[in-house]
Amino acid sequence: MTIQFNDETFREDYSFRNSQRAIDRFPFPFDKDSYMYAVNMEQHRGGPADSVYEKRFDVDEHYVSEMRDRAMVLADDPLRCQSLPHMTLAGWDLLELIMVSKSEDYPDLFELHRDGDEWHWVNKPMGIDDTFTFMDETTLPYGPMEYITRQTQGDFCVLDQRDDNLWMDAGMVTTQADWSLDFDIGMNFFEWHAPVPLAHEKGIFVRALKFLLNIQQGAPARRLNWTMTVNPLLDTSPENYHKWGIQKTTLTPENIGAKQHLRVELQTFFRLPRSNALVFPIRCYLIAFQDIVSVPKWGRRLHRVIRDLPEELATYKGFIDNRPMMLDFLSAYDDGLPTSNGVWPEKDSEPPLKT
Amino acid sequence: MSKFEFPPSIKSRPVYGTLEARPGKAHLMIADAAGAEAILDIATPELMARSHIIYIPRGATHGEALRGLTPAQYYEGPSYAASVTRIQRVLQDAHMGLQVYLTGTEGLMGQAQNEAMQAGIPHTAIQTEHRGSVARRMQCVHCKGITEDVETDPFVCSHCGLNLFVRDHYSRRLAAYQGVCIDAEDPGNVPQAKGIYE
Repeated sequence: MTIQFNDETFREDYSFRNSQRAIDRFPFPFDKDSYMYAVNMEQHRGGPADSVYEKRFDVDEHYVSEMRDRAMVLADDPLRCQSLPHMTLAGWDLLELIMVSKSEDYPDLFELHRDGDEWHWVNKPMGIDDTFTFMDETTLPYGPMEYITRQTQGDFCVLDQRDDNLWMDAGMVTTQADWSLDFDIGMNFFEWHAPVPLAHEKGIFVRALKFLLNIQQGAPARRLNWTMTVNPLLDTSPENYHKWGIQKTTLTPENIGAKQHLRVELQTFFRLPRSNALVFPIRCYLIAFQDIVSVPKWGRRLHRVIRDLPEELATYKGFIDNRPMMLDFLSAYDDGLPTSNGVWPEKDSEPPLKT
Repeated sequence: MSKFEFPPSIKSRPVYGTLEARPGKAHLMIADAAGAEAILDIATPELMARSHIIYIPRGATHGEALRGLTPAQYYEGPSYAASVTRIQRVLQDAHMGLQVYLTGTEGLMGQAQNEAMQAGIPHTAIQTEHRGSVARRMQCVHCKGITEDVETDPFVCSHCGLNLFVRDHYSRRLAAYQGVCIDAEDPGNVPQAKGIYE
């Protein structure tokens, strides 16, 4: 299908909106009525037609506007994109992975023509038509990782693998859930996750690392993570927290349905062939509370999850102060009926809200 | 002088040990202030005959005692910044098997460790022992400025003036802990500053 790209903003007037199609395919992260940290990995080899899991790198209606927002973030703060010197090869690996995937998965939007090392890349939505020499940095306007991730939705962490660990040695991070690439670059898997509560004690990171170290070429994996964001703000960075933090205090019972967003990260993991690095795209999807509750199953479930979430998690995810107001809003969409297992909306089989 | 026991913390926070003399042809010892005492504790004539000591007193009076150990090389610098090019040169000239000993404040150990890592020595091969002040070297996550010797939480960023709380999240690359605005969601509501471990 042809995608209609929205002209929208993720700052100031926040004109971001999800179409009905985007709501229907939203990656709702809760497969049951409660939540606790889990490794929750599955293979990333497609998914239901038109779901966000179908393609290797999902392109949706927000693509062009998200890339415009990324360019603005980078203009304000170039340190959001960094690559330690030994990671350039992994950057080429990533460029190849994305160009090949997108041109195969979206042939009407992207084209890649290769004649040996002379590559011709066409990105129609962004109006880019470039010819360059593969593995020759001087033929691109940016380093290979920066070049391709300025054209791909989601943050990208490129992880070096050595000493039985993964090292955050390169990344493009402009749509993050409050962590700083500039601070964390060079850290290993346990160090950059150090501030996460409860999960270390549960052995989550030890198991996750073991899984990730063994990801093979051609066998990518995926999982979901989530948090909460007031306003559809992509750049919830610690760098700018002193500017956006105040927005959390602007919720009222009248505006919460439109302003409060569930923020879901589709995290995928691909082994890169030449560098043996692991690329870890973190794709952010936002949805307003009022759009979530338009799906009866999701409304019921979100209320129960937020109500029963341990206090440490609500604090870490930054919404402990707003939780009572969220519950006031969400409780109106929970009639106590049971929900079916799994994340899918099940609009045809799930009963409508009892009023 | 008794050593401060840091409370258990998150996995990015550095953990320090107790220096011990290790076998090696060459030994580089970098210390500031009370760190001199840790060197005095392990010094033997055999070790000193192969040691290069770089000491930044910061008002402490251990210089004479260290010099009295008659190490192979001894240098006393007025500040870390003044000493760093010398440290870089010594590391550049180092041979395989150099033993590195760092002791004193966290800021000194972190910065010297960073130099040693850049010279190709894995951080896990470097000995450290904390002595003296428990003040921290802090990076403001907002303006990126580093404030040295932070003793209280919260504190005011010496560069941009924001009120920052002191996190335990630590970057070896920056040799600094992270400071984050404490009153972003309630401007002006800044708790009374107290000692970091109070």
